[in-house]
Amino acid sequence: MKHPLPLIWRMIPEKYYIMGSHCSTCKNDFFPFRQICPNCRRLGKVSEKRMPPTGTIYSFTEVSAPPSGFEFESPYPLAIIELDNKVKILAQIVDCPMEKIKIGSRVTMRFRRVGDDDEESAISYGYKFALIEDSASASAPAPSAKADKPAKASKATAAKG
Amino acid sequence: MRGVSIIGGGLSKFGERWDKSFRDLVVEAGTAAVIDAGIEGREIQAIYGGCMSSGRLVGQEHVGALFADFLGLNPIPATRCEAACASGGVALRAGFLAVASGMYDVVAVGGVEKMTDFDSADVAIALGGAGDMEHELFFGATFPALYALMARRHMLEYGTTEEMMASCSVKNHKNAVHNIYAQYRNEITIEDVMNSGYIASPLKLLDCSPITDGAAAVILCASEKAKKFRKDPVEIIASSQASDTISLSNRHCMTELHATKVAAADAYRHARLTPKDIDVAEVHDCFSIAEIMAIEDLGFFEKGKGGPASLEGLTALNSEISINTSGGLKATGHPVGATGIKQAVEIMWQLQGRADKRQVNDAEIGMTHNVGGSGATAVVNIYKRL
Amino acid sequence: MVHAGIAGYGVYVPYMRIKIPEIAKVWGKDGDKSARGLGVYEKSLGAIDEDSATFAVEAARRAFEHCKLDPQRVEAAYVGSESKPYAVKPTASIVAEALGSTPHLTAADFEFACKAGTAAIQACMGQCIAGMIDLGLAIGADAAQGRPNDALEMTAGAGAAAFIITSKKEEQIATIEKTYSYTTDTPDFWRRSHAEFPMHAGRFTAEPAYFKHVGECAREIMKRTGTKPSDFDYFVPHQPNGKFPVRVAKLLGFTEAQVKPALVTPFIGNTYSGAAMIGLSAVLDVAKPGQRILVTSYGSGAGSDGFIITVNDLIDQKRPPKERHFFELINNKTYVDYATYAKHRRKIKSM
Repeated sequence: MKHPLPLIWRMIPEKYYIMGSHCSTCKNDFFPFRQICPNCRRLGKVSEKRMPPTGTIYSFTEVSAPPSGFEFESPYPLAIIELDNKVKILAQIVDCPMEKIKIGSRVTMRFRRVGDDDEESAISYGYKFALIEDSASASAPAPSAKADKPAKASKATAAKG
Repeated sequence: MRGVSIIGGGLSKFGERWDKSFRDLVVEAGTAAVIDAGIEGREIQAIYGGCMSSGRLVGQEHVGALFADFLGLNPIPATRCEAACASGGVALRAGFLAVASGMYDVVAVGGVEKMTDFDSADVAIALGGAGDMEHELFFGATFPALYALMARRHMLEYGTTEEMMASCSVKNHKNAVHNIYAQYRNEITIEDVMNSGYIASPLKLLDCSPITDGAAAVILCASEKAKKFRKDPVEIIASSQASDTISLSNRHCMTELHATKVAAADAYRHARLTPKDIDVAEVHDCFSIAEIMAIEDLGFFEKGKGGPASLEGLTALNSEISINTSGGLKATGHPVGATGIKQAVEIMWQLQGRADKRQVNDAEIGMTHNVGGSGATAVVNIYKRL
Repeated sequence: MVHAGIAGYGVYVPYMRIKIPEIAKVWGKDGDKSARGLGVYEKSLGAIDEDSATFAVEAARRAFEHCKLDPQRVEAAYVGSESKPYAVKPTASIVAEALGSTPHLTAADFEFACKAGTAAIQACMGQCIAGMIDLGLAIGADAAQGRPNDALEMTAGAGAAAFIITSKKEEQIATIEKTYSYTTDTPDFWRRSHAEFPMHAGRFTAEPAYFKHVGECAREIMKRTGTKPSDFDYFVPHQPNGKFPVRVAKLLGFTEAQVKPALVTPFIGNTYSGAAMIGLSAVLDVAKPGQRILVTSYGSGAGSDGFIITVNDLIDQKRPPKERHFFELINNKTYVDYATYAKHRRKIKSM
């Protein structure tokens, strides 16, 4: 779906770095940003606050019937993530196979394009989340040592200079 | 506040109505309702119409005026109501309040949606507007995806299974076999649902209500005058509505619809009834998990027991409580704006003994439950023969 | 004289890989022979929702995470790329906004083929030395376009490296002692404004282009500083494939041991504006205080930026954590086939 430019621009703080709000009266964080604290209303003192970029998966699904503008990404995982300040946020999960996504998995914010690109309009960027790999779960090893041997000079194929 | 009753109702056939335009559907249902009520058009004093997506899909706004115009009812006041999938429900409530307040004696309430002309990916965008456009739809969250997120929590917290969800669809299809207005009148099995392919895991194609064209209408009348029109009006003895956060991630609990619980509690209190008093209920099964949550939230079954109850057949026709005798949204179809009104028409037929092979024996008290979005609006009405 | 230095660095390589034989077989070529000939075994590619701007943001965020400096201090942000998402609209402002460095800074995008990122480093250095800024950000990021059935399709990779440049000695994990560039107008590889894929001049890209400029740059910077190859612990040349950097190292008199730690292309392909900078990052991951590094990037068109860098004690405190070292982070990967690669790289007509 194509969004109007001013909308994309207004959404930058929340889409680029999850800018939400904090009410110092009831001491709660909210996302998305709200001028009116739902607990305190007129008595609330609300200010901008960045939400933490890490959290835990609270629920997830794999979307196989995408809305327009998401056809090329389909299927894609979508999750409700409970950020480390207990605020929940909905976002896509990237860079991992569906089987690895579990309720309770730890995730961290990534910066990605959102939705399809028609190559003429402005691009929407925003947050998506990736699993935090523990160092024990490295996958396939690096390729063989052959890559390190120097070539015979005359056999160089045409290549980018 | 005085009593309000339904004196007539009618539906268009629900389905892929290539032959009928948006306004044709309104006329089809509206005419049926007026004939059923035995009134003349000039007796209607106001119209309330529910429709969610006419602007986005059909390109038509100002549908209140369109209804009045094409039903030949100018110059009466005509107002469109919108609350996503509860557009019909809130239109019904607006009509109810207009009569209860004493402002009007007779009003018409209708709901309509024209959806099948359009590409399903575009319809998904239009329906996505029922959620949070900037924070849910923006990231590709369709309606099935939002309910799927709730389903997975319900499965984790209560052990609800995909088979339990499937049993709701199976039961609804079975009921719709006897509903001449339904989009789908074929029986299906749990295996059919399990094999129907994921739309948004764990929800599969047959866990999801379809895209449908259709319209429904009722004529409301002050109870004190209703018997002038027919001997068996059905009174709306309670009408309640509640709201909740538009975004699923802002909810306190993701395994229930709090708005349903609030509206239901208010309706039971107002009618001085409990869930045990309800004989038949049309609940909002936009997805099979929604039916399971609904029968819990409305108090028919304990929290977490909705799944087992469905699988055990406790919500089948003439079992412990008959749920969605029309076939629900799943089998009758879900022309968004019409659903809330269709539910009222079904309950009216049930309480009048006109539900034919879908009849709940000795049905005295009925309920309708209509939800908007992922639960941001809920309308709960209770009905009784006048 | 004030010397500018590196305060921190970060590398981002996208998750997907495609093996060179997987590409070669589509065009009827011998995969193993191609891979051996190029010295490249697999290359990285971004997903359909990634581009050089998203790479740049990730690399920059990591750089700040590693050295723990405040992104608000950035007074100049430059991104070098030859695969910008917008031909007109800077990536640098997107990065600056995403880091929270706006609004009190200057920003611009650079282009000089594969040396756009190192040119950005030079710009930051100049502003630091002149006292115009205290902290600058230079990024080399590319999601390179590989023309179907072209040799370069097999090596064009994706990734980014971000370097935080500081004027303050006490913040420098490595000091840049000297920079020198060798530039001529040599059209060995180019992409016209409306073209989707670059053109190159085949074998001409080797001797008169890559080898000439890297060679002359290295020789001249060593001449001007009175240094020779044995004075350095590491040599980081630009690396369009796995063979050229090794050959140029040998021609200049460097040993295999000096260049090997910098060789990243065999594992992720040629990351273009990112290549020399990712190579430098891989070296900084392991370099010890007191060691010296000679970097010579190369950009077609053509030019080579040389840097002589001395590693400081501070590196032991500000190095990225082990899982962010290049040779660790590349292990978080998944392999795809040519069809999936073509989908994500939008090579399918009418996508």
